[in-house]
Amino acid sequence: MEAAPSYNYKVVRQFALMTVVWGIIGMAVGVWIAAQLAWPELNFGISWLSYGRLRPLHTNAVIFAFGGCALFATSYHVVQRTCQVRLYSDKLAAFTFWGWQAVIVAAVITLPLGYSSSKEYAELEWPIDILITLVWVAFAIVFFGTIVKRKTKHIYVANWFFGAYILTVALLHIVNSAEIPVTMWKSYSVYAGVQDAMVQWWYGHNAVGFFLTAGFLGMMYYYIPKQAERPIYSYRLSVVHFWALIFTYMWAGPHHLHYTALPDWAQSLGMVFSLILLAPSWGGMINGVMTLSGAWHKLRTDPILKFLITALSFYGMSTFEGPMMSIKTVNALSHYTDWTIGHVHAGALGWVAFISVGSLYYLIPRLYGQTQMASVRLITVHFWVATLGVVLYISAMWIAGVTQGLMWRAVNVDGTLTYSFVDSVKATYPYYAVRVVGGVLFLSGMFIMAYNVWKTVAGKQPIDAPIPQMVPAAATAPA
Amino acid sequence: MDILYLLIPLSIVLVFLIGALFWWAARDGQFDDLEGPAHRILMDDENHSNTKHR
Repeated sequence: MEAAPSYNYKVVRQFALMTVVWGIIGMAVGVWIAAQLAWPELNFGISWLSYGRLRPLHTNAVIFAFGGCALFATSYHVVQRTCQVRLYSDKLAAFTFWGWQAVIVAAVITLPLGYSSSKEYAELEWPIDILITLVWVAFAIVFFGTIVKRKTKHIYVANWFFGAYILTVALLHIVNSAEIPVTMWKSYSVYAGVQDAMVQWWYGHNAVGFFLTAGFLGMMYYYIPKQAERPIYSYRLSVVHFWALIFTYMWAGPHHLHYTALPDWAQSLGMVFSLILLAPSWGGMINGVMTLSGAWHKLRTDPILKFLITALSFYGMSTFEGPMMSIKTVNALSHYTDWTIGHVHAGALGWVAFISVGSLYYLIPRLYGQTQMASVRLITVHFWVATLGVVLYISAMWIAGVTQGLMWRAVNVDGTLTYSFVDSVKATYPYYAVRVVGGVLFLSGMFIMAYNVWKTVAGKQPIDAPIPQMVPAAATAPA
Repeated sequence: MDILYLLIPLSIVLVFLIGALFWWAARDGQFDDLEGPAHRILMDDENHSNTKHR
């Protein structure tokens, strides 16, 4: 491009802005289906708008469209800045952007039409699966190509997390989506019965671990130190965190299949590995939060740090709650109830969305040559609205879930069930209404963000930041 | 549970790969300085990214 070497910020900008767009769409669908659970008439008798079809659209949109775009944007930004080189290939990077958007648009069309492989978080049919694979391979080439041609000797810890996320998701996607096409839009999994269930949750839980955790930890390890203007509390601990997490993650999946046809020992194995995960998770959380040690006052005034640190609090909460729920006796109460939904959203809204939103508030102005968002006040408003939304959502689901679990297991003295299923549905109703309110609040926060982003970038000159010509990094290590 | 004949060997292969990567990282000196890198990302001042670097 120009004579002076610069970073490729174009693809970062594209993904960053689309994160906000898909966030609004994905969360709006979420609010819609939450409302359907409280007021079922809202599907209007139209099959395309029915809960069963919109629910996978919601999950795909928030995880892969919102979360995915956030991960593309931040990983491309972090890998360039910490390696001090431009992305390996501008063309491949552009392909990942347009390819990923095509995947999402295909999901938005096919899922409401009812085309689904029926595998949770992997519902997309085989032609889209192939496109995902192509985009992902290109992503891996761009990312690791950039690492290879880096100008710094050390590979910053955030890149390790991003790298693990890219490689593992590739493996999970290929193994779990192995399927035999029968028509253009219908395929069958190559696995059957409990084998399929095992692969599904090996995929499902590792997707939580590597898509929704490792990737976002990459964000955490870059944007928290940058925003706080302080080094991470312990770099050594961050390295231990990384290796401990990836060595121990892979076998938590069977906890999704407690008390099923899966062999008992495999269930127990899943539980044990889930419990082990508490250690690296909390190590990472404490490391991130303690970065503010000695500078806690910044939390009072800086709403971006509020987002980032609250995200870690929710990360700590969910990574405590998750292992606890994986204990078989606890799971006997919680499984199949809305407690699980509450747990997922503590992670998805509280951790994933908060860390992404905080990182984007740092990132977006810098992609347009500015130092902060148009309105810092609106970030504060967004923070409080979103926090209130999450708290309402998860408390409602906790109460609903425990209520359901207790009602389902209650028996009379003669051994008959005390409650019919519909009794538990009726008991849940008020909490479903509260959840809608929580969801609406969280979604409003995203609209506030969109407005703020618009005010920040509209009419501003997009920039490709120059690559600093530094003396070799090793020679300038600070005392 | 035939599927375990796929998933368990896959995990073992992965653990060895991760182990090899760890070994490479250690040999390459990635863990030699576990303080400096944390500071170095802060010296990359992006707050003034619209102006020329110092």
